[in-house]
Amino acid sequence: MQGGKEKGRQDTAAPAIELRGISKAFGAVQANKDISISVQPGTIHGIIGENGAGKSTLMSILYGFYKADAGEIFIRGKKVQIPDSQAAIATGIGMVFQHFKLVDNFTVLENVILGAEGGALLRPSLAKARKILTELEREYELHVDPDALISEIGVGKQQRVEILKALYRQADILILDEPTGVLTPAEADQLFRILDRLKAEGKTIILITHKLREIMEATDTVSVMRRGEMTATVKTAETSPEELAELMVGRKVLLRVDKAPAKPGDKILEVENLRVVDDKGVARLKGVSLDVCAGEILGIAGVAGNGQSELLEVLGGMLGATGTIRVNGQPLPLAGKGADGRARRAAGIAHVPEDRQRKGLIMDFMAWENMAFGYHHDAAYQSNSVLMDNGAIQRETAAKMERFDVRPPAPRLFARNFSGGNQQKIVVAREIERNPDVLLVGQPTRGVDIGAIEFIHRQLIALRDAGKAILLVSVELDEIMSLSDRIAVMFDGQVMGERLPHETNETELGLLMAGIRGEAA
Amino acid sequence: MDFLTLIELLDSTVRSATPLLLACLAGLYSERAGIFDIGLEGKMLAAAFFSAAIAFMTGSAWLGLLAGIGASLVLSVIHGLASINYRGNQLISGVAINFLAAGMTVLVAEDWFSEGGRTPSLEGSARFGPIKLPFADQIADTPVVGPIYAGLLSGHSVLVYVAFAMVPVTWWVLYRSRFGLRLRAVGEAPEAVDTAGVSVIRLRYSAVIICGVLCGVAGAYLATGLQANFTKDMTANRGFIALAALIFAKWRPWYALAACLLFGFLFAIETRFQNIALFGVPLPLQLVQALPYILTVVILAGFVGKAIPPRAGGEAYVKER
Repeated sequence: MQGGKEKGRQDTAAPAIELRGISKAFGAVQANKDISISVQPGTIHGIIGENGAGKSTLMSILYGFYKADAGEIFIRGKKVQIPDSQAAIATGIGMVFQHFKLVDNFTVLENVILGAEGGALLRPSLAKARKILTELEREYELHVDPDALISEIGVGKQQRVEILKALYRQADILILDEPTGVLTPAEADQLFRILDRLKAEGKTIILITHKLREIMEATDTVSVMRRGEMTATVKTAETSPEELAELMVGRKVLLRVDKAPAKPGDKILEVENLRVVDDKGVARLKGVSLDVCAGEILGIAGVAGNGQSELLEVLGGMLGATGTIRVNGQPLPLAGKGADGRARRAAGIAHVPEDRQRKGLIMDFMAWENMAFGYHHDAAYQSNSVLMDNGAIQRETAAKMERFDVRPPAPRLFARNFSGGNQQKIVVAREIERNPDVLLVGQPTRGVDIGAIEFIHRQLIALRDAGKAILLVSVELDEIMSLSDRIAVMFDGQVMGERLPHETNETELGLLMAGIRGEAA
Repeated sequence: MDFLTLIELLDSTVRSATPLLLACLAGLYSERAGIFDIGLEGKMLAAAFFSAAIAFMTGSAWLGLLAGIGASLVLSVIHGLASINYRGNQLISGVAINFLAAGMTVLVAEDWFSEGGRTPSLEGSARFGPIKLPFADQIADTPVVGPIYAGLLSGHSVLVYVAFAMVPVTWWVLYRSRFGLRLRAVGEAPEAVDTAGVSVIRLRYSAVIICGVLCGVAGAYLATGLQANFTKDMTANRGFIALAALIFAKWRPWYALAACLLFGFLFAIETRFQNIALFGVPLPLQLVQALPYILTVVILAGFVGKAIPPRAGGEAYVKER
């Protein structure tokens, strides 16, 4: 169980990984169709594609989670069978999943040795692992305290633990599935530095992502997947983001959001000194103040968990707070009677919640039922004082689904059976079609494919141009930069500062997101 | 209360705590691995009956013990099949096992012995008799140390010593062995265990089987150690009390020992003192008898601080994409 360095560069002639004709179906859905790919050792190979394109399925086959229906796998030129994770590990494949597979109440060291203890007694295993970990840390600059509990370290460090786990098992092929989804820009940069270092040591890395920028920056070669098929494999240096986007979606895609300059009007939403303390006694909002004007999008940037969710929930009437909220100059109650979602909607605030599957929709209800939620008191939805007019709701839902391009446009389909992007379109349609004065939007494009992102962004711009106030919360800095007319950065329950998108850049925002104020603040 | 009465009371506490402790540790293994088990009661009951029945037929308490463990294991495997392989609801499976055991033991007892759902009394080698520790007689008369050694520590059946020895053993297994690390991990994050190349199913079955063995010993102790035959519903909800103790102990072995001793103490008060007067007012016997159960309710209602169960507890592991 040494670092695994000596295994690195052997046999450079054979590709590190070669897949030939891999196919996999789940019922009627063909997740992977006849996929072939070859990755040279000591390179970073990107796999890009929309949600549901089959990237994760392909990697799960490589890691032994699924058995391919057809096809062959060659590792370092040798044909292998990978029936389970154990076989994958033995072949030298390590995987860093999008959702980390760590035991929260274990230490870093315990997580690293789990499953690769090397003996029935823990003490010698832990002591040996501690030594190897120190070497690996030095070699790859993967610093993390071996005795810290996972629950006490940040996601960036947790990811390092996942990488250490793979290296400890002597992996020389490392697969990373959407590794930057939870990281700050600075943490992401650090990750890519680590990956470069690993590459320099002869490791082969597969990077799965839907972010074009990462592909362009980090990879040597890139494969594009669309609807279960591999549509192209190109050298990164010989392609462009526009070409990759087109390959992913199958048509030309506008990467920049096309919008006219904002014409801000009166202040519609005014927030002053908002404070929230959660039930554990931790202050989540520490005096947040901001305004949103008519015809303006205020973007809230920040790493997840810095009070953005609480801000949205307070404004949406889901969470009590102290402070002041005014809409069109009228103060709204912040606790008790009148501080709920229904009252907020009556006051003109519509809300597209961050977590659409838990707070935006009821997954086991049909689309038309979901389309009525929050507005089910509406007089137009009632036949008489007792019964609802389901027919009217269904007709209206069909019309809204048409306008918002929800596929399939079937009001009687369960919310669960739509793709992420189409679920989000249902929520957005429900809220936007009510023509609110203020729209709260949380993570509008999380888990949504590029085509739908483009559509949802256009709808938000259209609402802004109609003179409405929009508060946008997103952890995707690109989205904030391209949609917002003003950007507020939140850190630790406070607004660190406001910037205009054309006067700032990702580095400055990244520092604010990490709680570091530049001299300009 | 004089010193000797106290020793007697504590001696009785140890006896009453033994089946609780075994069941509690059984539950600890199972729940730490992520399998909730409210069928401890049923497994103990089945083990009590079969141990008494086989001990009576063969005249050997040891064969009885084996039969009890076997019966408990059968129910464990049923629970394992339902909750690990078929991803059923673990609470419902546990309830079913309790019903099955409650009905089956009485039915089979009546069919085999025709004594109204009980087994005949066990005598001699068909029971686990007291073991006298070395020099117990010699130092029995020494003040303080004598009664503690001879009266409290010595003179229990072998299963009592096994039960108490299981506490440090369990602690060691849980925190010092590879198996323990994996066991704790599979109850918290089975996906971490699975991706590390370790079988979740095999680990959970090991836990369920250990649980079955310990419940078997607990049941056998009830019928062949503490009592001298099987009677209908003789576990008297000890399985549920063990669960309460497990929650009280926050799923940790040494705390489980303390919790079980507390419950054992309440049982001892109930058996030793039929009439207690508090501030001159005699307490009704029923109230004294209800004490362990009242404490159970108080614990389960969450009055003793927040207990956080293993995170993946109660849920079958399904590989996700």
